[in-house]
Amino acid sequence: MPRVTIDGHTIEVPNGTTILEAARMIGGEIVPPAMCYYSKLKTTGGYCRTCIVKVSKGSEKDPRPMPKPVASCRTTVMDGMEVQNITSPDLLEARAGVVEFLLLNHPLDCPICDQAGECHLQDLGYQNGKVKTRYEFDRREFDPIDIGDKIKLHMKRCIHCFRCVKLAEQLTPGRYHGMLNRGDHSEISTYIEHAVDNEFSGNMIDVCPVGALTDRTFRFKSRVWYTNPEDAHRTCTKCSGKVRLWLKGEEVLRVTARKDKYGEVIDWICNECRFDKKKTSDWVIEGPTHIDRHSVISANHYESLKSLKLDVDKQKRQLVHTKNLLGEGALNPNNE
Amino acid sequence: MRQLLIDNITSSTSLSDYKSHGGYAALEKALKMKPEEIVAEVQKSGLRGRGGAGFPTGMKWSFIAKPEGVPRHLVCNADESEPGTFKDRYLMQHKPHILIEGMIISSFALGANLSYIYIRGEMMVQFHILQKAIDDAYAAGLLGKNILNSGFDLDLHVHCGGGAYICGEETALIESLEGKRGNPRIKPPFPAIAGVWGRPTVVNNVETIAAVVPIINMTGDEYAKIGVGKSTGTKLISASGHINKPGVYEIELGVPVEEFIYSEQYCGGIKGGRKLKAVVAGGSSVPVLPTELILKTAKGEPRLMTYESLGDGGFATGTMLGSGGFIVMDETTSIVKNLFNFSRFYHHESCGQCSPCREGTGWMEKILRKILDGRGTIADIDLLWDIQSKIEGKTICPLGEAAAWPVAAAIRHFRPEFEEYVRNPQNIKDVKHYYRLNNLVEV
Ligand SMILES: Cc1cc2nc3c(=O)[nH]c(=O)nc-3n(C[C@H](O)[C@H](O)[C@H](O)COP(=O)(O)O)c2cc1C
Ligand code: SF4
Ligand code: SF4
Ligand code: FES
Repeated sequence: MPRVTIDGHTIEVPNGTTILEAARMIGGEIVPPAMCYYSKLKTTGGYCRTCIVKVSKGSEKDPRPMPKPVASCRTTVMDGMEVQNITSPDLLEARAGVVEFLLLNHPLDCPICDQAGECHLQDLGYQNGKVKTRYEFDRREFDPIDIGDKIKLHMKRCIHCFRCVKLAEQLTPGRYHGMLNRGDHSEISTYIEHAVDNEFSGNMIDVCPVGALTDRTFRFKSRVWYTNPEDAHRTCTKCSGKVRLWLKGEEVLRVTARKDKYGEVIDWICNECRFDKKKTSDWVIEGPTHIDRHSVISANHYESLKSLKLDVDKQKRQLVHTKNLLGEGALNPNNE
Repeated sequence: MRQLLIDNITSSTSLSDYKSHGGYAALEKALKMKPEEIVAEVQKSGLRGRGGAGFPTGMKWSFIAKPEGVPRHLVCNADESEPGTFKDRYLMQHKPHILIEGMIISSFALGANLSYIYIRGEMMVQFHILQKAIDDAYAAGLLGKNILNSGFDLDLHVHCGGGAYICGEETALIESLEGKRGNPRIKPPFPAIAGVWGRPTVVNNVETIAAVVPIINMTGDEYAKIGVGKSTGTKLISASGHINKPGVYEIELGVPVEEFIYSEQYCGGIKGGRKLKAVVAGGSSVPVLPTELILKTAKGEPRLMTYESLGDGGFATGTMLGSGGFIVMDETTSIVKNLFNFSRFYHHESCGQCSPCREGTGWMEKILRKILDGRGTIADIDLLWDIQSKIEGKTICPLGEAAAWPVAAAIRHFRPEFEEYVRNPQNIKDVKHYYRLNNLVEV
């Protein structure tokens, strides 16, 4: 088992582990950001270059540093490797450069974008971006298009991470969409007159790290921080049926797959669960989703308050039960 | 000066003519050798890849994986899209059989029974010439089953690419050959492990493969005697720009740059007797050098046409031999305009997979356009410098560097010219301003 040291933290990992996964095993601040890698999909990563790190020592056998930053999501660790992420100012500068490039043609219209609050590029921009842009030219413009009756594509926000392409390749039969054109003219598109409408296509929305692919049954109905996420499940013949419901009061505004702390789904879900089951009665609600404190979603997320309320309800019920048992007046301290 | 590739027959596509000049003798010799002996000969020759990077060919061949029962492939990279480089198409057009002979020997050495020539789709003339030569070779029993009764079988296909610069990058070429969009693959795995159809593959340049023929004919040791140091053998140079005799020249590596530019044997000096301003020595992606640096190394010695001498001192004072696209610019040339052209090209050709190249190449072109239009600022020059530094080394394939290096070199060596564009925009509407600036007479 190779040992790798990332920003001073040493860990032993199974053969074939990438630097990014090793960093995730260590956890915390040293984990490089990832916009195109997606652990649940094969051959993702390598495109966006946000996860680049500096390899200051190649391995025990060949201790030379690597000449250029490497994509941590695509580079496997070697025994004795030493990696710098947040401890290297040069590297952070290089990452800031990548973020600047990503934001050149990505409008910062977070106030109206449907992904606000769930956008990884927004987080990346906050952490590594600059206050002012140095880009002064026209940005790319596209009209949003419907790809199928459930998904809307806003090409001008796409960062070409290829996740949706890989998902369509790996999770759905037939291929109806991919990348067209070259360079900064590239665009995600469907083949002419094709819609992406197979059973698992909705997962494309979940993997899109920005607001380029949105759920037509939810978009602009609410901001995520006005909703309350609850984990729920149902018996489904097509998928595990384990989902996250995004509720406003009793109303199910949106259904998504459950995600881990790196924003990657735990299980893919089918379109029926996602788009057609929009009543609380369709679901067995397990309880509130735990949301990280730093997330804007937690702003209106009364996880603890809710459990307090549940607790009070329980006590009240108990009280009624006791009263019933002992008779009215039994709990009256004056025994009146 | 010996010529090993474009010698005696200046233009002959006929098999009989090629044979009458000793063609396919190397093949006969090679088929009597063991494949590993051929690899050893190529290793001894010191031949370095002629496609740009100059990686030792014998070593590359020795890396090819040999899993039991899995076919291997040799792919000839005839995409030749680097601006300033036109030697491969010249070779294919005038001497197609040397490439075919090289392909057969190399395939035999690598244990490949199915090989491909991936040619740029626009080069239809060369495609037809090659296809005819291949048909002739099949008819003569030089391709197909049991070649010259040796027991070795080889099928050779020519595949026309769509005509994208990025398809010259070896992994993008492989994707394109497989019928997909020409996007570079993320390495590892390298083609030597998983290339075409996931099988072990070697990708070599046209000239590299052709050079195998004289190596077998004359032995690797003899070949290694030509040249200087680790730059052995001969090299085709595509010479263009403000010279009296543009064209393709076969040089022995080690010719002084000055001799190459000024001697009658090669470029014949600068057109109109004007002064030399700058040279891009190895195709548009390599750093441009001003006169004083292209003629002399950092140590003040004469600069030679070798991998080492041209690269001497790193990019601060050196450049690269690259693919041998030698672009000569005289004193009337606007470096800013020249750079704009290059940047426009790289922007247009970026495949768009990785963020720094996809976004950065377009940004650089736009800033250069702005400077050329007389709307630039000093801050724009610094910004250009910064952008190129943020692309270089941060991308999937070397196209990012190919786009960044010319920008860095132009600013490094010719910054005053950029500043002139910014400070005196009234002067720069056209290149005439350079005539005025340098007290030159327009011709
Ligand atoms: C953007 C790009 C374009 C390239 N174009 C060519 C080309 O047109 N012809 C070529 O032989 N090599 C080209 N190369 C280099 C190839 O990737 C590869 O290194 C070469 O074909 C290997 O052959 P060699 O070892 O014989 O030099 C290109 C590389 C890059 C990054
Ligand atoms: S649409 Fe979304 S998931 Fe698809 S490439 Fe663009 S940003 Fe990535
Ligand atoms: S560097 Fe440019 S051409 Fe190469 S993979 Fe990245 S975007 Fe494509
Ligand atoms: S996450 Fe590694 S390159 Fe995108």
